[in-house]
Amino acid sequence: MSENCDTRPHLPLGLAKRGFAGTIQHLSATGTGSSLPDMELESRLIELGFVEGARVEILHEGIVARDPIAVRVDNITVAVRRREAMAIIVA
Amino acid sequence: MESPLMHLALVGTPNSGKTSLFNALTGSRQKVANYPGVTVERKEGSFVTPQGRQVSVVDLPGTYSLRGRSPDEEITRDFVLGRAKGETPPDLVLCVADSTNLRLTIRLLLELKNTGRPMALVLNMFDIATHRGVTIDVPKLSEALGVPVVTSIAVRKKGTADLLRLTDELLSATPSADHQSSRQSAWRPLTVPELRATQREADRIIAATVSLPARPDTWTARIDAVVLHPVGGLVVLLLILFVMFQAVFAWAQPLMDLLSSGFDAIGQFIHDQLPGGLLQNFLQNGVISGVGSVIVFLPQIIIIFLFILLLEDFGYMARAAFLMDRIMGGAGLHGRAFIPLLSSFACAIPGIMATRVIDNRRDRLTTILIAPLMTCSARIPVYTLIISAFIPAKEVWGVVNLQGLVMFGLYAAGIVSALGVSFVIKFFMWRDYQPAPFMLELPDYKMPRPRSIAIGIYTRAKMFLQRAGTTIFAMMVLIWFLASFPQPPVGATEPAIDYSLAAIVGKAIAPLLSPIGFNWQIAVALIPGMAAREVAVAALGTVYAIEGGKEAAEQIGQVLATKWSLATALSLLAWYIFAPQCASTLAVIRRETGSWTWMGVTFGYMLTLAYAASLLTYNIAVAMGAG
Repeated sequence: MSENCDTRPHLPLGLAKRGFAGTIQHLSATGTGSSLPDMELESRLIELGFVEGARVEILHEGIVARDPIAVRVDNITVAVRRREAMAIIVA
Repeated sequence: MESPLMHLALVGTPNSGKTSLFNALTGSRQKVANYPGVTVERKEGSFVTPQGRQVSVVDLPGTYSLRGRSPDEEITRDFVLGRAKGETPPDLVLCVADSTNLRLTIRLLLELKNTGRPMALVLNMFDIATHRGVTIDVPKLSEALGVPVVTSIAVRKKGTADLLRLTDELLSATPSADHQSSRQSAWRPLTVPELRATQREADRIIAATVSLPARPDTWTARIDAVVLHPVGGLVVLLLILFVMFQAVFAWAQPLMDLLSSGFDAIGQFIHDQLPGGLLQNFLQNGVISGVGSVIVFLPQIIIIFLFILLLEDFGYMARAAFLMDRIMGGAGLHGRAFIPLLSSFACAIPGIMATRVIDNRRDRLTTILIAPLMTCSARIPVYTLIISAFIPAKEVWGVVNLQGLVMFGLYAAGIVSALGVSFVIKFFMWRDYQPAPFMLELPDYKMPRPRSIAIGIYTRAKMFLQRAGTTIFAMMVLIWFLASFPQPPVGATEPAIDYSLAAIVGKAIAPLLSPIGFNWQIAVALIPGMAAREVAVAALGTVYAIEGGKEAAEQIGQVLATKWSLATALSLLAWYIFAPQCASTLAVIRRETGSWTWMGVTFGYMLTLAYAASLLTYNIAVAMGAG
């Protein structure tokens, strides 16, 4: 776990800017507006390595509405849309 | 000798190097087919172990879990569980991992272990991991996981020797699969907390057995800084597309000319060797030129697959989808639809087949429906003929050639209408449409492996030729029959096709086509054009009784220029942007969607668009005095 996770405010990864680096606090799949059911979204995120404590960094973003984002999750890179990334709460 | 055939299954996450391992094990002894009832590619191959065991190995679709959220992943799950209909349950499951990136695979392996199948973990690309400073304590990992672990380097000679040895050991120890079948029913999908727990367990095992280098792969970061740049990335993508088009249209041409004159020579040889008559006509015009007209596209198919496989192996395809996702999203298309639509510029058939990477059914269906609107290479002969006959080769605005401009316009019209149709589908058919999520691993870049690519191209080319030899061949024979029977009466002065069934049909439908400016000769030519669009050119030649040969196309052009009005020519161009005139594409749509309905829908909407576009073009052109 990151040492500063208590001092920084929690925010959804979907709202973070390019260059943001932090740690996943928890997943909250409700009300993200994703077309997936909450359980399914959460499962898929976990399967791609988005679990509590994983270090994330936003490396790149798309040209339209800064979407999707390319996120470094520990030692792999995953592309997600901001809508789904709203379920990932980071600090 | 008397040892029974053993069954092996390869399971792994996408990008785990599973396919190159499969290629290394089996070489060219591969068979690509479809699983019964679904359109998932089934890749099976065989090899012999050092101890002489005959092993059949199936390369299962890549997956992150056994939950089965797409047809591909369901196949993997059912196969491993022994539920797949008509499949032998595997004696041994090999879980393939990219050694540089174990996290997701170890989690998958922990899930797989619950199925009770005998299994082993293969640490693939071990050389790259070592090179990057990843050290893995293999014995300790094996102990922690409770399954045998073996390293492999699929791309190197003897890189799979350890794996082969282990396979022998494990297969001699396992009872045959029948004894295990009772265990399979115990498996059920993991709940979210269980999923999280397995990932924690995987992370714990990795922390104890693997030491990661201090810095990640710098090459991937450096390349991505350019390739995924919001603006720079699109420029790179356009450059790649430009080179790809250049290759497909320019580099393939000499080979295509060679093939085409080869088939002409064979046809001529038959013409010279056989006495004139039905058999000679059938072999020369039905068989040789029919099959030849399709096989001519082999160079283009090979080149387009060469590019696709190279980019895929390199790791670029996921990036292209990333860059295009939101841009295409505006028209209701998924980022993953980009590659299939791109392939459709060569031919809609590989394009439609490539839609298998789209896991959402609606997204996939939309992509399949619009893929035939992309200007495929078979339209080029038709466009070229009409443009060179009717559009003057003059310069406009000083620099642009008018003929080239019209050609570009035809391509643009195809793209714009495809986006429009997609938008309409999204708006009217699926009101409750919500974009399917775009979640995709962007793998580290890797040098493409020539052997793997060669095998990939070989299997694709084989599939294409097989189809040319069966379905398309049958179509050509049918069309030849329609165009040749009944035979003209003795002493007939008109070309033979005038007396045929094709002409009867053509004349029957001609009144329907007269509002859009088509005469009955065009109607007749459209019929053989059903098999493949470019055949319409040859058919026009036949209808206007022009001798074939090298300058045939030029001659047809001259004849057409005297017989058609400009309005008719423009109308035919508009028709060809939309017309669903390709029986093989329709057959592939039928197969890939598994339904006659969607094939009918495609045919219907394209025909309607074609008629409307031609009607509009013809009447505007006539009104402007081009009639």
